[in-house]
Amino acid sequence: MVIAIDPQLNKLSKEECERHLEVFEGRIARGDKVEPTDWMPEEYRHQLIRLIHVHANSEICGALPEGKWIPHAPSFKRKMALLAKVQDEVGHAQLLYRAAETLGASRQQMIEDLISGKSKFSNVFHYPAEIWTDVAIIAWLIDGAAIVNQTMMSDGSYGPYSRALKRICYEEAFHLKHGYEMVVTIAQGTKKQREMLQDSLDRWWPPIMMFHGPADKVSKHTTMLVQWGVKLKTNDEQRQQFLRQFVPKMLDLGLHIPDPNLRLDEKTGEWLYTEPDWDEFKRVINGGGPVSGDRVATRKLAHEEGRWVREALAAAATNQPVPMPTMTD
Amino acid sequence: MADTQWPVYEVFHQQARGEPHIHVGSVHATDAEMALVMAKEQYCRRQACVNLWVVPAAAILASEYQDGDMFEHTTDKSYRESWGYKTPKTIQKSDEETPT
Repeated sequence: MVIAIDPQLNKLSKEECERHLEVFEGRIARGDKVEPTDWMPEEYRHQLIRLIHVHANSEICGALPEGKWIPHAPSFKRKMALLAKVQDEVGHAQLLYRAAETLGASRQQMIEDLISGKSKFSNVFHYPAEIWTDVAIIAWLIDGAAIVNQTMMSDGSYGPYSRALKRICYEEAFHLKHGYEMVVTIAQGTKKQREMLQDSLDRWWPPIMMFHGPADKVSKHTTMLVQWGVKLKTNDEQRQQFLRQFVPKMLDLGLHIPDPNLRLDEKTGEWLYTEPDWDEFKRVINGGGPVSGDRVATRKLAHEEGRWVREALAAAATNQPVPMPTMTD
Repeated sequence: MADTQWPVYEVFHQQARGEPHIHVGSVHATDAEMALVMAKEQYCRRQACVNLWVVPAAAILASEYQDGDMFEHTTDKSYRESWGYKTPKTIQKSDEETPT
């Protein structure tokens, strides 16, 4: 399938567009990476900025549900691991905002768009982490689902994004392993602990099933992203990979998966499941989730409270007097 | 001034003394000293690091990928390579008598 690009948007004649596109697609077909200085269709640039921006937002918002639990971690070991994980997530956001900048996006704008609620972040971070076992389920299953996505994306065609993702996946391997260790520990615990774990799974399962995005038949971006090597697998393929990897482990742990239609189709080797509620997905990512407002407000507060640090750094760099923080209550 | 739009510094990381410094990414910072602090936080959370460099991105002059042909050799340079020379595995003794 050929994707037509818009000559007007690319500020080129139709012939020039075709010539450039041939070089661009040839590079992707050879498995070469596209670098910031290479010509690329504006359509590719826009899609990548959108994708990386949402990804960066998701990392920084992903730190919030777990960050809340740092003071309440049940042991020093868990507290240290959670601190490290949350620090990683914030660092990953910085790597990704950098990658988006190489495409011409403004860092200032991306940060402002997040705290004004204009730009999106992953559906799963619009839900609250209510009890400690939620932290275990998030670290195991959401990081697991994210690794399925990010490992695939790290082989994608855009160089700076691909390199950032390789580092991110390397660091996230610990999140997944630590999450699994938490789940295994709790699953072998008391009846009350096992009930808590099951309760967490019951609440998180529907958002997790939506994590990889709308079904292929309704996803409007998938074709172009697959064609240009940004996404190497469709949303449904990623969901299948996640199910293949995690459902057997969940069953081994004695967990009950809250979907009566979930079963393996022996003929195709694919998991069958109840189609997620895509209306809910749409509503949630557009700011209508249970804690969407809190997430944006927390991020905004963090940004405001850090302002005096940024001002002090900027002043120190130009040898200006360093302003003192304004205390607010 | 946009207070999050600082200059970019490229980060080079050395895993052990004697190893080359490898480019690992970049950070934003108000000055080089701060860039070093940011780089340590961002790129040295896991693997060993004995030395870090930060370089203003603006100081880098890079060649263009589209000028890649300037690295191509116009003539056969195989004489510069070890594989450009073929030698037999065993040395055949000459049948001719060595002149006395």
